[in-house]
Amino acid sequence: MNTQLRRNLWGYFFIGPFILGFLAFTIIPILSSLYFSFTSYDLFSSPRWIGIENYTKMFTDDPRYLHSLRITFIYVFGGVPLRLAFALLVAMLLNTASRAVGLYRTMYYLPSLIGGSVAVAIMWRNIFGDEGIVNLALAGIGLETVRWFGDPTAALWMLICLSIWQFGSSMLIFLAGLKSIPQSYYEAASVDGGNFIQKFFKITIPMLSPVILFNAIMQTIAAFMTFVPAFIISKGTGGPLDGTLLYSLYLFKQGFEFFNMGYASAMAWVMLIIIAILTSIIFISSRFWVHYESEGGR
Amino acid sequence: MRASLEKNYQYQRSRSRIKPKKIIYHLLVGGFAILLLYPVLWLLMSSFKVSEQIFITADSLIPSPFVLGNYAQGWEGFGEYSFGVFIKNTVVFVIFVLIGHLISCSLIAFGFARLKFAGRGFWFAIMIMTLMLPYEVVMIPQYIIFAKLGWLNSLAPLVVPAFFGHPFFIFLLVQFIRTIPRDLDEAARIDGCNTFGIYYRIILPLITPALATTAIFTFYWTWDNLLGPVLYLNSPDKYTVSMALNMFLSNETVSNWGAMFAMSIVSLVPVFIIFFIFQRYVVEGISTSGIKG
Repeated sequence: MNTQLRRNLWGYFFIGPFILGFLAFTIIPILSSLYFSFTSYDLFSSPRWIGIENYTKMFTDDPRYLHSLRITFIYVFGGVPLRLAFALLVAMLLNTASRAVGLYRTMYYLPSLIGGSVAVAIMWRNIFGDEGIVNLALAGIGLETVRWFGDPTAALWMLICLSIWQFGSSMLIFLAGLKSIPQSYYEAASVDGGNFIQKFFKITIPMLSPVILFNAIMQTIAAFMTFVPAFIISKGTGGPLDGTLLYSLYLFKQGFEFFNMGYASAMAWVMLIIIAILTSIIFISSRFWVHYESEGGR
Repeated sequence: MRASLEKNYQYQRSRSRIKPKKIIYHLLVGGFAILLLYPVLWLLMSSFKVSEQIFITADSLIPSPFVLGNYAQGWEGFGEYSFGVFIKNTVVFVIFVLIGHLISCSLIAFGFARLKFAGRGFWFAIMIMTLMLPYEVVMIPQYIIFAKLGWLNSLAPLVVPAFFGHPFFIFLLVQFIRTIPRDLDEAARIDGCNTFGIYYRIILPLITPALATTAIFTFYWTWDNLLGPVLYLNSPDKYTVSMALNMFLSNETVSNWGAMFAMSIVSLVPVFIIFFIFQRYVVEGISTSGIKG
C-alpha cells in the first residue's frame, strides 16, 4: 500500500464519525427540510407538494408569524447589545489587581452558568409575578408596579432582562481580552495626556474589537434561537397575547402542536436565511470597526 | 528582592485599606453582584418556607417557620415516579452523551489537527459551518427520521448523535492539539508507534485539560436540555429533571410552589458542585475558546 493511500485511509478513519454524523444528522435532514418546506405535511399522511405557498403564507397571510418575527428582533437587538455592554462594563471594573476579583468574577459568572436551565426560568417567572420581588423592589423605590404577565410588551422585556442577566460568560471573554492589552499602551496614552474616555475609545475598544465581533455574532445567533425561557415562562403558550412567542417557540408550536411540518420547515429555512444575513451584516460592518494587530491597524 | 517586593506589596495594601476609592469600588462591584444573585438566594430561601407564605413574605429572606416539607413533597414526584427516577434518567442521559462526545470528538479532532489527507480542508470548513447551523433547521426531519426508525420515547435520538462528534468540542480540541509539539509524534513513530498509537498513547493523555472542559460543558448542556427530551420522551417514567420541573409548572397550584422551588434548587445543585470543583477548567474554557457557558 503506498504512503499517500495509507495517509488518506488513516485520515478518514479518524474523521469518519464526523462525516457519517454529518450525512445522517445534518445534510440529509437539511435537504429533507428544504423539500418539506414546499409541501403540506402533517406527519401522518404523505407530504403534498404545494410550491412556495408556505413562504407566501408566512409574509402575507399569517399575522402571528410577522408578530413573532417582530418580537424576536426586539428580543435580539434589545438583549444582545445590552448584554455585551454590561459584560464590557463589568469586565473593565474587574480588570484590577484587587484580591477580591476572583470572587466577584465567580459571582458575576454564576447567572450564565445556570441561566439556560428550567429552574431559572421558573425562578424568573416567580420573581416577576404580581407579588414577586421585582414589583416589591419597584414599589420600594417609589415606582409603579408592572403587571408583567398582563402586558405583552412587559412580558417580552421580562425575557430580555433574563437574557441580560446572563452577561457573565461574555464578561469572562472580555476580561481575558482586556488582560492581553499591553499596559504600556495606556501608560503611553497617560504620558500624552489622554483621559479615561480617550483611552477607552482609542485603546480598549479597538484592541477588544475582534473579541467583541466574535461575541456579537455568537450571541446574535444564540438569541435568535432562544426557546427554553419563552417556553417555560409562558407555560408553552407564548402568551400573554403572544408577547413571548419567540420565533423558535412559534416554530415548535407549528411543528409539534399543530403538526404543520411543512410550514414549520419553511419557517426554519427563513430563520436560517435571516441568521446568515445578520451574520454577514456584522461581518461586513466589522471592516469599519474591527482592528487587527497583524494588519497594522486601520 | 522578593522580600522587598513583598514589603512593598504590604505597604501598598496597608495604604490601600484607608483609600475611600477602594471602599466605593467594593460597595459598587460587590453590591451589584449581590443584587444579581439575589433572585437565586430568594429561590433558595423560599424553598424552606411554607408554600402559602412564599408570596406573603416575599420581602423577607428568612423562612419562619423553617420547613423541609417542600423537599419531601417535591421528591414524591408525579404518580408512581419519584424525583429520584427523573434524576436517574438524567444521569443516564448525561453519561451516554459524555462517553459519545469524549470518544468521537477526540478522534475527529486528532484527525483534523495531526493528519494530512486529501479533503481535510474541505471537511474542516464543513465542520465550522455546522457550528453556526440552527438546530431548528434539522429538528423536524430528524424527528421524522427517528420516528421512522421507531426510536420515539427512547433515549436513542438524544444520545446516538453524540457519538458522531459535536463541532464546538471538536474545534476546541483541535485548537488544543495544535499547541502540542509535533516532535512527540515523530519520536513515537520512530519507536514504532502507528497512527492510532500516537493518538491513544501520546495525544490523548496530553489533552486531558481540554477533555475536562469538553466533559464539563457536555454535562451542563445535557443536564439543562429541555427541547430534546420534550420532543422525544413522552412517558413519565423516562422524564428528565428539566421535564419534571416543566410538569411541576403545568400542574402549578397555590399549594405546591414550595415543592416546585425545592426541586428547582435540587436541579441546580449538581451544576454548582461541578462548577466549584472544576472552576479553573470552566473559566479557562470560556476565556480561551468563547464557549457559551
